[in-house]
Amino acid sequence: MSDRFQLRSQRTELVFADLKALYSRAEALAEAQRCLYCYDAPCTKACPTRIDVPGFVRKIATGNLKGAARTILEANVLGFSCARVCPVDVLCAGACVLSLQYRPPIEIGRLQRYATEPFVGTSFFGRPLAKRTGRKIALVGSGPASLACSFHLVGLGHESVIFEKRAVPGGLNLSGIAPYKMHAHDCLRETEWILSSGIELRTGVEIGKDVSCERLVTEYDAVFVGVGMGKDSSLGIPGENVPGVLSAIEMIERIKLDASLSLDGLESAAVIGGGNTATDVARELAHLGVADVSILYRRTESEMPGYAHELKAARAAGVRFIEKTLPVRILEEKGRLKGLVVARAEKARPVPGTEREFEAQMVVIAIGQAGEAGVVSKFPGVKCDSNGRVIVDEKTGRTGNPRIFAGGDCVNGGKEVVNAVADGKRAAIEIDKTLKG
Amino acid sequence: MANLSINFAGIKSPNPFWLASGPPTNTGEQVARAFEMGWGGAVWKTIGRPIVNVSSRLGGLDEADRRMVGLSNIELISDRPIETNFREIAEVKKRFPDRAVVASLMLDSEKEWHDMVRRSEDAGADGLELNFGCPHGMCERGMGSAVGQEPAVVRKITSWVKKAARVPVLVKLTPNITDIREPATAAVEAGADGLVLINTVRSMIGVDLDRLVPVPSVAGRGTPGGYSGPAVKPIALHMVSALARDPRISVPISGIGGINTWRDAAEFIALGSTSVQICTAVMHHGFRIIEDLVEGLSNYLDEKEMTSVNELIGRVARTVGEWGELELGYKVAADIDPDTCIGCQVCYVSCRDGGHSAIHLPEDALTPGHLAPRRPIITERLAAATETASPGSADSSRRRAHSVSTARTGYRVPWVDQTQCVGCNLCSLVCPVHGCITMREIASKQ
Repeated sequence: MSDRFQLRSQRTELVFADLKALYSRAEALAEAQRCLYCYDAPCTKACPTRIDVPGFVRKIATGNLKGAARTILEANVLGFSCARVCPVDVLCAGACVLSLQYRPPIEIGRLQRYATEPFVGTSFFGRPLAKRTGRKIALVGSGPASLACSFHLVGLGHESVIFEKRAVPGGLNLSGIAPYKMHAHDCLRETEWILSSGIELRTGVEIGKDVSCERLVTEYDAVFVGVGMGKDSSLGIPGENVPGVLSAIEMIERIKLDASLSLDGLESAAVIGGGNTATDVARELAHLGVADVSILYRRTESEMPGYAHELKAARAAGVRFIEKTLPVRILEEKGRLKGLVVARAEKARPVPGTEREFEAQMVVIAIGQAGEAGVVSKFPGVKCDSNGRVIVDEKTGRTGNPRIFAGGDCVNGGKEVVNAVADGKRAAIEIDKTLKG
Repeated sequence: MANLSINFAGIKSPNPFWLASGPPTNTGEQVARAFEMGWGGAVWKTIGRPIVNVSSRLGGLDEADRRMVGLSNIELISDRPIETNFREIAEVKKRFPDRAVVASLMLDSEKEWHDMVRRSEDAGADGLELNFGCPHGMCERGMGSAVGQEPAVVRKITSWVKKAARVPVLVKLTPNITDIREPATAAVEAGADGLVLINTVRSMIGVDLDRLVPVPSVAGRGTPGGYSGPAVKPIALHMVSALARDPRISVPISGIGGINTWRDAAEFIALGSTSVQICTAVMHHGFRIIEDLVEGLSNYLDEKEMTSVNELIGRVARTVGEWGELELGYKVAADIDPDTCIGCQVCYVSCRDGGHSAIHLPEDALTPGHLAPRRPIITERLAAATETASPGSADSSRRRAHSVSTARTGYRVPWVDQTQCVGCNLCSLVCPVHGCITMREIASKQ
């Protein structure tokens, strides 16, 4: 591993242990041997990147670990991250046929981590370079979508240059993953490893500011836009600028990367929202010792966009989930946060006359992120929908401009790493077709 | 990358993995699909005078969660027209010139044998496999294992074929015999260019206790079948190694019998096989197993710093000998790793009742002269197994990912008294945790 990128050594996230420990060999073999080795398997179909799950699990069972890693990484170059951050309960493992026999599904995520971890940072990608095509592709953003796209493009002989506005690559996979799933240094290890397969990275370059979108389109044969999402949306209620009111993405990033975060004396926090970011941040605060963490959601539990298994885990950590409740304004006392005024909500609208005070020393807003329409729309011919998501052709990932492609969160509005990887692959295949005519 | 290609008595193939003669090689369509997926060779489903096959034909042996660890069949040779088989052999060979295509034959008169040798060669077969092993249905007609069990007949038919054949002639042997070396040497003396073994083991796979008929049954009656699959592997490994060690056997061996993974294949090769043939595993999982077979063997050879399959062939055969040649002063003893033990105590009871009572529980009273381990008997891990994992602490010890909600039953890690242990391996064989019980060498008292 190079020392090209530095993370702070005293990061808050380091107090978190892995929720799921790396399997020992004995554990991995026992689990792999339970797999039925289905044909045309539901688990594979449930994976956006179509990893041949039974194939790699069988290879673990036969002791062909290198082959297992190859099966995974050829389909999904971020297989190591995905093994740790994928919501397997609602994807591959959720589709496992063993469930139909009332037997526990195969722990696919843990097996995938077991098969990939030994190879991260090794010379695994020492692939013979494909015949150079002389074509150059620019990729905007260095998250999973761009990494996967550029990895496949390099494999097909094209030159790939990733532009990242921040100092450290990885996108939200670096700064937004709950630390008990994966630490930032592991994400960085994987990112550097993927880059080492022949991808050029330029950090500290903001497209649309340091380099114009037009210049990118003229200098490169194709462009892939993988800029992710923008800032957290705000509630639009009075008092939101009081210190102590934070946005969720920012909060998680501070827990992940910051060394100066102190939660001493913080007894209560209210998280606003019903998505996975809300459950993540609530759970992290609870684990960090905040005694009273509540999630306030304007609809009912059954309507929440977040995963039920994540909410269950947050509850197990001591988080309260309060449904049909909306904040109407922030309460402050002498410029300091005191809590919220909340109202009962019906159909996500506040019911007049139901207002009450809700004490909280911290308020975290997790109601989604805005799109990056500002940057994206500077690309000629690229359009966004009313939610700020880039409009692309579903089969190809092509935008309105035939030489510009997009994928990941900026297209789907914020899904999983695995979806971004699938989008990146999709675009790479299409870019290759386009360039080779 | 190790070189996986082999040369079997002049028959070349890009890897040692051949489909054995059987249902997977029944048609050109199947063989072509297998070749597309990377199989190195195929021995066609045995061609002979047309027969009629029965329905049903197969019976399986299950073991706990694993289905079909053994398979018994009462299927005969190919029931398709002879000319169809030869036409398809020619088509497949034309499409895949670099793969080994071997015609399996079973006939009775010399004239018929000669006719079929000619037709096989005309179709482009790279070799011939004489099926002297089928244990059911054909022996009653003076063919199959009826031939393989009579060295004199093996010799006679092999010579007939050798008179006419221009391509290599391989003889496939039956294991249903007292000493495999007898028919094998007869075949070699008659000019066989290679030996193939084992064919299936004569068997009755089971009884349907509800209907009170044998399995498989045909209109309420059954017949002994041919047994294959993982369960027959040890029989096959023994016979392959017996021939590989025999100085009279100078021809290459193609090993068959229960090969399921690249590990099984590597074992066959290490005991003397040049190529390996697979049928039952394909019947269970499909042709797709070839990917792991090739990749796994290749990675293994790389790890062992061998540059080709040839370096592995017979490597272990030379370490097999007679019982009387074994070292009596050598000793190993079991060692239980408390860090991976899950406290099931299966090793304890198996050693106590079926071994040498050398494994003890923590509270066992020690008699003088016994060796007790100098370490905590109940590990922290097992003690902590009743606590739920909390990701909020930076405890780096191995944690359970799931909460174990058992009462504190007191998990016990058994220990081995190495002065009592005879080193029989039993405990390490019954232990459910891979690698938890290891057998360690004890310095011999000279």
